[in-house]
Amino acid sequence: MEQFLAVLIDGIIYSAWLFVAAIGLTLIYGVMKIVNVTHGSFYALGAYAAASITGALLAKGMPPSLSYVVLLGSALLVTLVVAPLIERGILRFMYVKDEVVILLITYALFLILEDAIKLVWGVSPYFIAEPYGLLGSFDVFDLTYPYYNLILVGVAIVCGVGLAWMLGRTRTGKLLVAVIHDTEVSRAMGINVERMYLFTFTFGSLLAAIGGAFTAPTVSVVPGLGVEVIVLSFAVVVIGGLGSLPGAALGAVIVGLVRSATIHFLPQVELFVIYLVMAMVLAFRPRGLFSIAEARKI
Amino acid sequence: MSAERTPRTLALTLVAILAAGLFAPQWTLFLLTIALAKGLVVLGLMLLLRCGLVSFGQALYYCIGAYAAGMLGRSTGVSDLLTLMLAGMVAAALVAVVLGFLLARYRSIFFGLLSLAISMILYGLLVKTEALGSSDGFNVLPSTLFGVRPADDWVRYAVLALAAVVTFVAALAVHRYLGTPLGRLAPAIKDNEIRVEYMGASARYAIHVKYVIAAALAGLGGALAATTVGHIDPEMAYWTTSGEFIFITILAGTGSVLAPFLGALIFGIIHTVAFDLSPNTWQMVLGAALLVVIVFLPNGVWSLFRRRGAS
Amino acid sequence: MAAILHAQGLYKSFGAVTAASDINAAIEKDSVLGLIGTNGAGKTTFINMITGYLKPDRGRIHYEGRDITELAPRDITRIGICRSFQIPQLYASLTAFENMMIGIGVVLQNAGRGGFFARGRPHVPGYGLPAEDVAERLLERFGLAEYRDKNAQVLPGGVRKLLDIALTMVAKPKILLLDEPTSGVSAEEKFAIMDMIMKAVRAEGTTVLFVEHDMEVVSRFAERVLAFYDGRIIADAPPAQALNDPEVKRFVVGGALQRLDEAQSRPRA
Repeated sequence: MEQFLAVLIDGIIYSAWLFVAAIGLTLIYGVMKIVNVTHGSFYALGAYAAASITGALLAKGMPPSLSYVVLLGSALLVTLVVAPLIERGILRFMYVKDEVVILLITYALFLILEDAIKLVWGVSPYFIAEPYGLLGSFDVFDLTYPYYNLILVGVAIVCGVGLAWMLGRTRTGKLLVAVIHDTEVSRAMGINVERMYLFTFTFGSLLAAIGGAFTAPTVSVVPGLGVEVIVLSFAVVVIGGLGSLPGAALGAVIVGLVRSATIHFLPQVELFVIYLVMAMVLAFRPRGLFSIAEARKI
Repeated sequence: MSAERTPRTLALTLVAILAAGLFAPQWTLFLLTIALAKGLVVLGLMLLLRCGLVSFGQALYYCIGAYAAGMLGRSTGVSDLLTLMLAGMVAAALVAVVLGFLLARYRSIFFGLLSLAISMILYGLLVKTEALGSSDGFNVLPSTLFGVRPADDWVRYAVLALAAVVTFVAALAVHRYLGTPLGRLAPAIKDNEIRVEYMGASARYAIHVKYVIAAALAGLGGALAATTVGHIDPEMAYWTTSGEFIFITILAGTGSVLAPFLGALIFGIIHTVAFDLSPNTWQMVLGAALLVVIVFLPNGVWSLFRRRGAS
Repeated sequence: MAAILHAQGLYKSFGAVTAASDINAAIEKDSVLGLIGTNGAGKTTFINMITGYLKPDRGRIHYEGRDITELAPRDITRIGICRSFQIPQLYASLTAFENMMIGIGVVLQNAGRGGFFARGRPHVPGYGLPAEDVAERLLERFGLAEYRDKNAQVLPGGVRKLLDIALTMVAKPKILLLDEPTSGVSAEEKFAIMDMIMKAVRAEGTTVLFVEHDMEVVSRFAERVLAFYDGRIIADAPPAQALNDPEVKRFVVGGALQRLDEAQSRPRA
């Protein structure tokens, strides 16, 4: 019983993390139809910015309770600087190209950013433990969990609900939905698609940065942080369906619970079981678990 | 460089390598051999790229070839380089025959992502397999060539010579394949698959065949690389390894069977130079180079030769 | 004359839309059949079912006594039934010559010639010539010789149509299905193009089915007409009869018939 509970709680925490990590990727794909490898870079940027800025401010005497706001603020800051630069400076000229080529371009940008991060922040690890330990921990039967993990789950819920609200209720959100369905028609109706792209890329990257920023207190921030996130996010997004918000949630939950279960019961298969699920979904329902029908071609 | 002159150019290149290798320093011989190994993988990727398919997980077969060669050596004591290379090729091809039934049904991003997922599955499996050294991998026995272990000074040259001959045969075979009706079908599949079906050909079958050939080439290359470096580890299946191959493929372009090897050589040189100068900016250099090639040389470096030849 | 293609009791729906309802047709060898009907009446669905692109929900299709209902498009092509497309399906980045070579290559491949171990330049079955010569000859026959080295995507509309049909003819089909061969072609050129196609095609004794909206073209070239409406066949008769059928006039031809009568009473130039 206790083990089952452990699997469930660990799974939900991991799912929350995966969801925040992956949701920006699926949004960008849905609107811009590009598979964005720089997603991992923004995750890393968020983590580095959060760790360095929070660490510096804490050293200057900032009360630790403010660190949560600083985490968010750092993610926002770094994204607002880097994302528009990338979108306006490079990506904008590449949209006409084939989707695989655009993926390779984002891969090239990812490689550049990886080393850029090393140049800016160096290669030594960053630690900021305060936000993590500050809240203490709680017990479920014999299992102890830091309260911080609830923040992670909270962030995931806020992001998910917030995004759903934005897409469904705000004007920008509805314009985005139009572009998601058909870029050409949207353009013909006068929607400024270019501005939508800039907004989407920035917002999606911000979500990745937030994921990185809030993960920073739980790990040591080192180079290569973004690398594993990319493939995991891909897996989550593919399972749920590229471009689907509820799909990303479902994918995150599936991957999170599966991983949690394998860690507890079959640790040897931990690493590859996620990719196995991804492969199986691609094999049987390539458009993901939430797919849309396609029209006749000839 | 027209297609009819390719066999002659290949032969000339082989002779040049064999001759120049006699005077080259050890590190150059190593560089050239690795370039041949990676070039083989990219030759296979080129076949797929001509159909419009990019595999994000070709490292799968590179790794299978390496591990097959390594395991064969460990379990039977066989150290003959040619045998190990052929073993790697066959192992990879067999896996591809099976996986090809699945993969040949997908296109574009889905083909890429599925191949990625499968390669990461292998990575995950290998990392957790203690019998194979987990993430440390294991070392490979020193190679022999037809029963003879060359003197220390001559090992690298001997390996290069064999690699060059095998690569020559492989490149020639692929070139010839590209002249057959099935081989020529690639641009048609890329442009209009429905039309291909309606002409009476199976695009899926053609892709399956090319997928198996590409895997065989990658397995050949993997076995060569493993025995040359002397060490095998799961990193050979990691997605960043696949990324390297993709970079070389884009760099090379699809113009000729010689292009992948030129691309691999250029890559090797960039890697050596950039890594020596500043290991922490190697990825940046790679990323920048990839961007430059995509934007300014979308048909790869080979298009530079094409333009000259066309005028 | 014997019927070589039988469609029996074909039904096909897409959700709430019935594209085919109890379609029965017997197509005779060496005949020319015109398929008419408004858009959405089921003509293209009929062709798609014959060529294996769609599987009927009910009913069977037989060709020379063999049940071909379940076959895939490439198998249907291999047994001698080929189709052209409403929107020409070409290999955009290849030249007209290269387009033809692809088609000829497939024919060679299916005949087991020209593979990896082949020597010299194998002859294409049905022509007795090597591939390049067959390509040149076919391009000439369809008036495409001057476009030989132009990329398919830059060719003008009528030329693309002809190339699409030329590609369809490569395998020397026994039955040729032309989906709107003159659509997108100017009124003056319609007759010329149909003349060229028919001459090239009928020389081989090919059975032809063509979908057409222009009733003048239909009455001039078709020996028999199948009229579609709402997924059903409402007439199956020689053109003079079919075009005067009251149901056909009402559901298919409408104003077009008026113009046809007027055109026919005008002296021909």
